[in-house]
This record gives sequence, structure tokens and C-alpha cells, in this order.
Amino acid sequence: MNHDWLMGLLGGGLIGTSAAIFLLVNGKIMGASGLIGGLVDKSGMSNWQERAAWLVGLFAVPAIMTLIWGVKPTNITSNLAVIVAAGLFVGVGTRIANGCTSGHGICGISRLSLRGIVATVFYILAGGLTVVIFKHVLGVI
Amino acid sequence: MRNLAALIAGGLFGAGLLISGMTNTLKVQGWLDVFGQWDPTLAFVMGGGIIPMAIAWAFTKNRTPLLGGEFPARSKPEADKKLIVGSVLFGIGWGLAGLCPGPSIAALSFGGIGGITFVAAMLVGMLFAPKVRALLD
Repeated sequence: MNHDWLMGLLGGGLIGTSAAIFLLVNGKIMGASGLIGGLVDKSGMSNWQERAAWLVGLFAVPAIMTLIWGVKPTNITSNLAVIVAAGLFVGVGTRIANGCTSGHGICGISRLSLRGIVATVFYILAGGLTVVIFKHVLGVI
Repeated sequence: MRNLAALIAGGLFGAGLLISGMTNTLKVQGWLDVFGQWDPTLAFVMGGGIIPMAIAWAFTKNRTPLLGGEFPARSKPEADKKLIVGSVLFGIGWGLAGLCPGPSIAALSFGGIGGITFVAAMLVGMLFAPKVRALLD
């Protein structure tokens, strides 16, 4: 039917390789929320250039790829209240938990970090429950 | 050199997110939606990401980073209140929008007003996180 799983595996491999480069070359854990959040709350200003360069790559490469090969649909909801609430929850939650899908999920689980595994279990459970409630019960998303 | 490596890592990360379909919110929500049309893609993305990183972690033993310094120490294996509360809050937002921090930046150039609004709200959330964190101490 489709090769989404293969693209997932390939893309995942690129994600893991990028995190491996950041770890082996720069000696840092490539966690998106930490790299961004450290610039926002100023806790990571000592290496702001490294963070900014990483952000430029993260923003620019998909932008260039979509310019060349066409835009991939994001299917982001048009319900602005849901988007704002979601963004606030993601911003606050990832910083309190000190990590998100990349930091806890990819970098943490791959070193069998208990914190990474616990975090991943809880955000997946909360995410799954949220989709069930807001999609199937309330019909909001 | 550090900045160049960071630029390359960020770029590869963005390419991987785009190729894997993680900038498509329906794929993320489809994976979380076990009672709907379940989409297994995200499990392959996680698996594909964990394998190179597991090799990288194994390689760090008795070595130092290429550009100097130390490899990050293991955080204390404490699943404290902040880790769990924060992860639950993050999960709620992740489920609501189907976006997490990395893909939200990767999709910023083509995610329209919704994508921009999400990132703006996320940055506001990150700005206020230290205050919320203090409540949990």
C-alpha cells in the first residue's frame, strides 16, 4: 500500500545520525526542547552560537527540501485555541521534564536512561489519552 | 567548528523529520490514536533513531568528544515529580496538535499560520516554564 514505515525508518536513521554527530563531535545531547529552551530562558546563553547554528539547520534544510520537492502537508489544525493550548503545554512540559521526543526519546532511551524511558512512557500515555478524549469523546481535534 | 557541526546536525535532523513524516501532524496523532486508524510509522522513526544513537553511546566509552570537553554524564536515575508532571503536560500538547519541538521548527517554513502560532505559544510556554518549575520544587 505505501512505504511510510520505510520512510520512517530512513528518516529516523537520519535523526539518530544527527544526534550521534552532535554527541560525538560537540559532546552534547541533541534535545530540541533543551536547545531551544536554553535560548528562551537564557539558561543556555554560554553556547548560544552552537544552538543558533543548529536551529538554522533545522529550519533551513526542510525549507529548502520543500522548495525543491514540494510542500508536504502538515495537517495542522485550523483551531487556533487548540494550537495555542498545545504550544503552551509543549513549551512548559518539555522544559519542566527537561526533554522531549528527541532528548528523552532518542538520546535517552538509546543509552537506557531510566529518566528517558519514564518520560517517554508518560508523554506517550498522556498523548494517547489526549487523542482519545479530544478526538473520540469530545470531537475537538 | 562547533557551530558547523551543529549546523550539519540540525540540518540532518530537519531532513530526517521531514522524510520520516513527523512534520505531518496526522501521522503523529495517528500513532497516538490506538482506537482509530492506528499508524505505526512513529515506532519505526523512534527505532531508526535509537539504533545510530545506541552505537554512538557505545563509542563514547573511554573517549572524549572530537572537539574537546566531556561527554554528558548520566543524569541521576531519578524519576522525580518534575519529570513526570512535565512529561504528562508535554504529552497533552503533543496529542492536541501532533507537534513536538523539533518538527515544529522543521515545519515552520511551510506550516502556515498554524505552525507559526504553535511555535510562538511554545516559546511563551518555555519562557514561563521556570516559574511553573519553581511551583513543583
